[in-house]
Amino acid sequence: MSELPRLIVSGILSGGIYGLLAMGLSLQYGVARVLNIAHGELVMVGAMLTWFLFTSFNINPLVAAAIIGPPLFAIGFLLQITLFRGLKAWAPSQAAFEGNALLASFGLLYIISYLGLLEFGAYPRRYDWLNYVVTFAGMSLRLNRIVAFAVAVAIGVAVYLFLTRSRLGRAIRATAEDPATAGLMGVNVNMVLALCFGLGALLAGVAGSLISMINPVGTTMGFRNTVIALIVVVLGGLGSIPGSFIAGIIIGIVSSLVTGFWQPVYVVPVYFGILMVLLLARPAGILGKK
Amino acid sequence: MRILEGQGVNKYFGGLAAVSNMAFHIDQGEIVGLIGPNGAGKTTLFNLISAALPLSSGEIRFRGRKLNGLKPHQICKMGVSRTFQETKIFGNMPVSQNVLVGAFFGSPNRVPAEDAAREVTQALEFVGLSAMRATPVKDLTLVNQKRVEVARALATKPELLLLDELMAGLNPTEISESMKLVTRIRDTGITILMVEHVVKAIMGICERIMVLHHGEKIADGTCREIAANKTVIDVYLGEGAHAGS
Amino acid sequence: MDITRFISTHRKLLLVGVSLLIILGFLATLPLYGGVYYTRLLTTILMYVILSVSWAMFSGSTGYMSLAPAVFFGVGIYTMGFLQRILPFPVIIPIGGLLSFIVALPVGLVTLRLKGIYFAIFTFGLVVFMREVVAALESDLFGRVGQHINPLPDETMFYAMLVIAVATLLAIYFIRRSRLGLAMLSIGGNEEAAAHMGVNTIRVKVLTFAISAFFMGLAGVIMAPMKIYIDPRIAFSPIYSFMPILMAVFGGMGQFYGPVAGAIIFAYLEKTLRAQFPQYFMLGFGIILVLIILFLPNGIAGLVSKLQNKLGGVIAKLGKEGEAE
Repeated sequence: MSELPRLIVSGILSGGIYGLLAMGLSLQYGVARVLNIAHGELVMVGAMLTWFLFTSFNINPLVAAAIIGPPLFAIGFLLQITLFRGLKAWAPSQAAFEGNALLASFGLLYIISYLGLLEFGAYPRRYDWLNYVVTFAGMSLRLNRIVAFAVAVAIGVAVYLFLTRSRLGRAIRATAEDPATAGLMGVNVNMVLALCFGLGALLAGVAGSLISMINPVGTTMGFRNTVIALIVVVLGGLGSIPGSFIAGIIIGIVSSLVTGFWQPVYVVPVYFGILMVLLLARPAGILGKK
Repeated sequence: MRILEGQGVNKYFGGLAAVSNMAFHIDQGEIVGLIGPNGAGKTTLFNLISAALPLSSGEIRFRGRKLNGLKPHQICKMGVSRTFQETKIFGNMPVSQNVLVGAFFGSPNRVPAEDAAREVTQALEFVGLSAMRATPVKDLTLVNQKRVEVARALATKPELLLLDELMAGLNPTEISESMKLVTRIRDTGITILMVEHVVKAIMGICERIMVLHHGEKIADGTCREIAANKTVIDVYLGEGAHAGS
Repeated sequence: MDITRFISTHRKLLLVGVSLLIILGFLATLPLYGGVYYTRLLTTILMYVILSVSWAMFSGSTGYMSLAPAVFFGVGIYTMGFLQRILPFPVIIPIGGLLSFIVALPVGLVTLRLKGIYFAIFTFGLVVFMREVVAALESDLFGRVGQHINPLPDETMFYAMLVIAVATLLAIYFIRRSRLGLAMLSIGGNEEAAAHMGVNTIRVKVLTFAISAFFMGLAGVIMAPMKIYIDPRIAFSPIYSFMPILMAVFGGMGQFYGPVAGAIIFAYLEKTLRAQFPQYFMLGFGIILVLIILFLPNGIAGLVSKLQNKLGGVIAKLGKEGEAE
């Protein structure tokens, strides 16, 4: 049982990144109303680019994250103004738009996934940066995981402050609540939607950078991370940042415990059990709005 | 005979009481109006009766049977039907099919196809839409879409019909025709409870009026009594009299 | 004469009926002259026809976008895997369908009360879940993951798929015209209103969901021998959810022939693309999907309807001008 504290801490460390994963998806759906199934693919892109920058130019992952952030933001921004805005304009109803957007994001999933396969090849690769063990409060933990967790939380706090304190942040939240009213009050709704989608993509890429510090980078990581992001988002509530982090940490701990006390192969089924119970009891998640 | 009654009806949304400790009754064969300013709780009350929303507390009885905990389709089969404020028609289906849904599923027993078809024809004739039976409902004008809703509700063979702002958005001619339609419906033996903002309609056809304000019933009486009621005039009719008549 | 009058009044029906019989005859004799490649291609096309039409029956009419076809298809595949040595093939087929139906019932009951997008998420996750659970159970209970499927003659699989495809199309045709079909459409039109007009929406949704799962399970059983080797990754692969959706959307869900057309076109495209340009298959699939969603949301059938309307309008106009003169 002395394993327990270490497992829990390990889970928390993973959970920070899960929270970051969910944040991006949450922004995209909460504001732009696009459930981006290709989210995980953008994570993969971030991870691959970071791997590339580290192995080719010896750029450390945190700096790499800052480098890949803007282009990923641009990709998300452009996707929203072209693809998803077009879909919105043509769709007969909100539900039809969301359904079509979901399907379109499937298409994106295949496109990005293929491009990843083409560039990266079929085999996962890893690199080592800060990959050594430190003792922290009597437990042996790897430094890269601690750093990744700290950065994830820092980013989360920054985004949270941005959304709650800044003018643009308030505009974003208003648009998420009620786009029509926000528009009437002078918010450039179209710009906000595009910004949020771009921000979501940026967060995905950065999460990918952080993940690449810890796990091998491969072409299957896209799908896996999308599933995690989805579960965390539903658990934590679509649209809530604190919720995403709390849920991320819970999921991280669950994953850690199941791996430690049972078998890794049961992790996803357990996630799913939680998801099912939640969707029945409170479809809005822990701290969700709707 | 009391066909519908409610006692101690409450509905809370979070901390807000949309309907507060309401008691009401409707007798068979009446046309009762339900008026009040926006947000007074009128549509909420409809939603409670038809079970679109669950009660927070209290009870509503139809023909003596408690409606608490039942689902909308069960209440429909018992004999309560309704129309909606934002016309909830089946847009892509033709008029006849919209009404057919009501004819087939509105009864507690299985309805044979020929009977259902006959129901549809009769209902369409009653509201005057026979000529448009094949038109997709989304292509109709607002007043005709509302007629489809009425025909559809009638096809479920209700004893009590709830009409939610049937006259909203209609011009004076359409309002007059709709008023005649409502009276004709009552003449076939159906009891009617109608939410309305159009004062002319309320005063013209309702025998009794209930007035809601902030979720509470503040008055209940004949048209004349309500028109003379000081509280009501203060709260509502004062503005409404200018707007609607 | 009676016959000529019968023919003239039922002209359209007879035309459709006769052409269908010709197609059926053509298909039924295919293995004789088609060769292995075409027989297998047609089997795959028929499989996709079953999947896309079943998907459209539920999701098209009720408006709930289900990403679960891969689950029920996979159940069929695994049923074949486990029963192949115990029971004869024709008996396994309905069992696979039945198991899928049974799995779909609680899934539907649990999830169909969810709002649209959550339902989509859940059914998407269900595919992943099944894959992981089956893998976990297999490794725990049997010590290995995946199994070999004894191959069956191409003609057997083809005819089985043909029979099931025809049965599926007929069944769905009649369901659409039945009370259940009307109830489904009313739910898609406006679920709240449908409930208030007496439709037991939960029962209708769950039943329709389970019926569509049944057909998907049938297809899975038949397809299994063609795969030779199955494991959870292969059996519960998301592509078997995406493809039917793409096919139905591309073909157009409003009309009956829409998903069928979509299935034929896309199954053919998939097979040939995979064969000729295996590296670019995924890329092409993704691009096509996005383009179709963007420009043809109502699919081919919707386009055809629009054209018919426009054409009809033009003809009517010409007719009127003709009369005026």
